[in-house]
Amino acid sequence: MTDDTDSSTPALQADRLGRRYGRVWGLRDCTLTVPAGAIAGLVGPNGAGKTTLLQMIIGLLQPTEGQVSVFGQTSHADAAATLARVSFVAQDHPLYRDFSVADMFHLGRAMNPSWDQELAQERMDRLGIPLKRKVKHLSGGQQAQISLTMALAKRAPLLVLDEPVSSLDPVARLEFMRDVMATAADTGLTVLIASHVVSELERFCDWLIVLTSGHVQIAGPVDGLIAEHRLLTIPRATPDAELPGLRIHRTDSDRHSTALVRADPARLAARLRPGWQADPVGFEQLVMAYLQHRPQTAAADDPVLAAARPGPAAKEVTR
Amino acid sequence: MFRFRLDGSTGVPPYLQLVHQVRQSLLLGYLLQGDRLPTVKDVAGDLAINPNTVVKAYRQLEHEGLAAGRPGQGTFITGSLSPDPPGAPGAQQALRESLEKWLRDAEDAGLSDDAVTALIAVARHDVNKEKV
Repeated sequence: MTDDTDSSTPALQADRLGRRYGRVWGLRDCTLTVPAGAIAGLVGPNGAGKTTLLQMIIGLLQPTEGQVSVFGQTSHADAAATLARVSFVAQDHPLYRDFSVADMFHLGRAMNPSWDQELAQERMDRLGIPLKRKVKHLSGGQQAQISLTMALAKRAPLLVLDEPVSSLDPVARLEFMRDVMATAADTGLTVLIASHVVSELERFCDWLIVLTSGHVQIAGPVDGLIAEHRLLTIPRATPDAELPGLRIHRTDSDRHSTALVRADPARLAARLRPGWQADPVGFEQLVMAYLQHRPQTAAADDPVLAAARPGPAAKEVTR
Repeated sequence: MFRFRLDGSTGVPPYLQLVHQVRQSLLLGYLLQGDRLPTVKDVAGDLAINPNTVVKAYRQLEHEGLAAGRPGQGTFITGSLSPDPPGAPGAQQALRESLEKWLRDAEDAGLSDDAVTALIAVARHDVNKEKV
C-alpha cells in the first residue's frame, strides 16, 4: 500500500459532490466523510442516488460538480489509480459465465498488480468451491462468494458493496457477511455497504449515511447519531416549534404524539416539560425516520428536482 | 471456547447484547475467572458483526472489571459476578420483606398484576432518570 493510506486520511471524502442526468440531478450537494477502518452503511430508496454515488467513488462516473476522494486521491482524476484503491462488488455479481473459477482468478491476477492468489485459493478451499468448476454451474451464493473473493484478493484498502446480499438466501447472506467482517477485523479494511435491508445493517455498520431524493439526509458515526436523537412522547397539541430540538419525524395519535428529534442531549433534558417522556432511539427506528424525512430545504432550493418529483411522500420508493 | 449469539429483533444494541451474555454467563457459572474470550476476529466472523462493536463490548467489560486484555494473548475473564452480593445477605432479606409488604398493599388497594408491573416499570424509569 502507498503511504497515503494511513489512518488519519479519511477513506472516503465527498465535497459538494453532484451529478446531473439531463435536467435531473441524480445526486446533489453530497458532503460526507468516512474514516479509515469504518464499516459504513449507505441506505436509501431506489432512485435516491446510491448507485450514482458509488460509481463516482470508484471512478466510473464523472461528477458534474464537486469532488470525491478515496484515501486522499480524487477518484475521477486517475481512474486506474482509483481502481487500485477500491474493490467493488456489484449487485448482480457480474462474472464471465463460461469461465472457470481458475480462469476468473487468472484474469484477476493479470489485471491487478497486488493480486493475492493465495488468499483467493484458500477461500475456495474453505468454501468447498472447485477451481475447475465453471461459473455458470455455481449457485447464486457461490457466485457472490467468487465476486467477493475477486474483490478481497485485490487487496485494496476500500471495499464497496452494492446490495451485495439482496439476491442471496439467508444462509448465503450470513456466510458472505461473516467473511467481510472477519476480513475487516483482520486487515482494517474500510467497507461501504449499500443496502435496502435496514434491519440487517445494525450489526454491520459503525457509520451511517442516509440518502433520499439525491440528498444526504444524515451521515456520521452510528453511536454519535443515536446519542443525539431522542424519541419524545408528548401531548398531541404540542406544536413542532415547541419541541426541544429539530423535528425529524412525528406520528400523531388522538391524544399524544411521538416525535423523533435531533438535539444536544443535555439541552433537551433541560427543556423537557412535566409529563413528557424522552426515550433513546434504536438504529432501525432512526434510519426509518430519516428515510421518511422531507426537509423543506432539499426541494425548495432545487427547482429542477422539485419539478421532477412525482409528488409528496411515498412515491419516491418506486421512482 | 465461549461463543456469543446475536438476536437482531430485540432492539438491544449489538455491543450490549455481547456484554449482557458475558455478565449472564458469569452469574450462571458458565464463564470463570481465567477463561479466554474469543478474539475480535473470531466473533466478527462468527456472528457477521462489525469488529468495532466487539472491541466496544470488550472495552465495556474491561471498564466493569470483568475482563482484561493481555497484549498478544487476547481478552480474559478477570472478575466474577455472584447472584448474592457479598456481605449483603441481610440487606437483601430486608429488601425482600419490604417488597412483599408493598405487594400485599398493592393487592389490598385493588391493583391487578399488570398494574403492579406497569407501576414498577414507571418507577424504575423515574429512578433511572434521576441518575442521568
